[in-house]
Amino acid sequence: MALGVKSSTELLESAKSGDRRSLARLLTLIEGGEELVLPNVSPWTLGVTGPPGVGKSTLIGRLVSHWKGSGERVAVLAVDPSSPRSGGALLADRMRMESTDSGESVYFRSLATRGHPGGVSYLLSPMIDLLSFCGWSRIVIETVGSGQAETRVVAFADRVMMVDGPDRGDIIQAEKAGIIELADIIAINKSDKPGASRAAESIRASLDLSSSESVPEVHLVSAQNSIGIEGLVSAIEKCSSPPWRNRLRITERLISKWDSRLILSEGLDDVLDELETGSITLDEALDRL
Amino acid sequence: MRIVVAKPGLDGHDRGAKVIARALRDGGHEVVYTGLRRTPSEIIRIVTDEDATALGLSTLSGAHDVLIPKICAGLRDEGLDDVIVFAGGIIPDRDRESVYEQGVRAIFGPGTRTDQILEFLQECSERIEKEEPVGVGQESGWRWE
Repeated sequence: MALGVKSSTELLESAKSGDRRSLARLLTLIEGGEELVLPNVSPWTLGVTGPPGVGKSTLIGRLVSHWKGSGERVAVLAVDPSSPRSGGALLADRMRMESTDSGESVYFRSLATRGHPGGVSYLLSPMIDLLSFCGWSRIVIETVGSGQAETRVVAFADRVMMVDGPDRGDIIQAEKAGIIELADIIAINKSDKPGASRAAESIRASLDLSSSESVPEVHLVSAQNSIGIEGLVSAIEKCSSPPWRNRLRITERLISKWDSRLILSEGLDDVLDELETGSITLDEALDRL
Repeated sequence: MRIVVAKPGLDGHDRGAKVIARALRDGGHEVVYTGLRRTPSEIIRIVTDEDATALGLSTLSGAHDVLIPKICAGLRDEGLDDVIVFAGGIIPDRDRESVYEQGVRAIFGPGTRTDQILEFLQECSERIEKEEPVGVGQESGWRWE
């Protein structure tokens, strides 16, 4: 039957009973701005972020295989930036996660940010709820941590893992930007490469300097060679966020929502025109919006 | 449009597929690239999960006469009749007709300008608006040539 003619209530029913096409179509509808009414759910979510090239996708692929093996149903939402110029996007995360392309217990979906600041984050909540409602027991959100706005996406997860590689030092940069405070767990990938343990040590050392009582665990893993995965999974399962970190995440969520409301507000173009000519101040612009 | 660009079968050359993926992105489309050596069933799964409107298949190995029918039939079996399928790579003239008969709407060989593919997709969008058949399981007849 053609999906086009099904109402979202019908789609929801068949998605709940395991129909992947209906689930996929519902996610498209949410992306397009449709609001679904769902009963209260309590999703299990993990956000994963880190600089490009450190092996986030490969590592998530390992986690997925592990959870699959223990009977969980795993959904991955991989967020990639849209090109600001053409509006298009190249979504290539799934080519590094082949474990996601077979079997009924994994669902993988690529998402483009479509020009929304903070990514598609304000759409993530309803998507997560939908997946949870349809019985997906582990929901992973992946995003490139190349800036505060991108990283903000992971604030929509209840636990956050940052991934870094040997000798990159980017995570120290992340610390400067305050992003690292969102992390419950840090994974240093490519442990087979020289410099990996030194990277882990230096991150541990810098975390020890922080005054906070709950520093994130630092794990040394190799996604490629499947080393350290068991330990990482059990740390993820056990991890609990202190209240201040939850607070921080809620703040990030609020900022995302605020940003998207701002960017979608009516009359934005006019206000930008006036700002450009200097006829109004930034404060006046905000008041107008 | 959401488009899956896939490399079925065993050949290991994806420069062409990557150029296409990039060009489609620059044309404003959201492109999911599958990577190399995907089986027909994996490709069908990806199209399903990503809720793709179109599927581009790149094959250079000569196995198009086995892989393309398998993928097209699989899409129809899954009820994905409305997915637009186009192909590229090395598909000899003598095989083109049978590839079209599988429900493939366009074949782009070597030397194709990337804007031709964008024009093809534009025309597909217009046909979808007008509710004219363009999917792999819909009435054949129209093709891009």
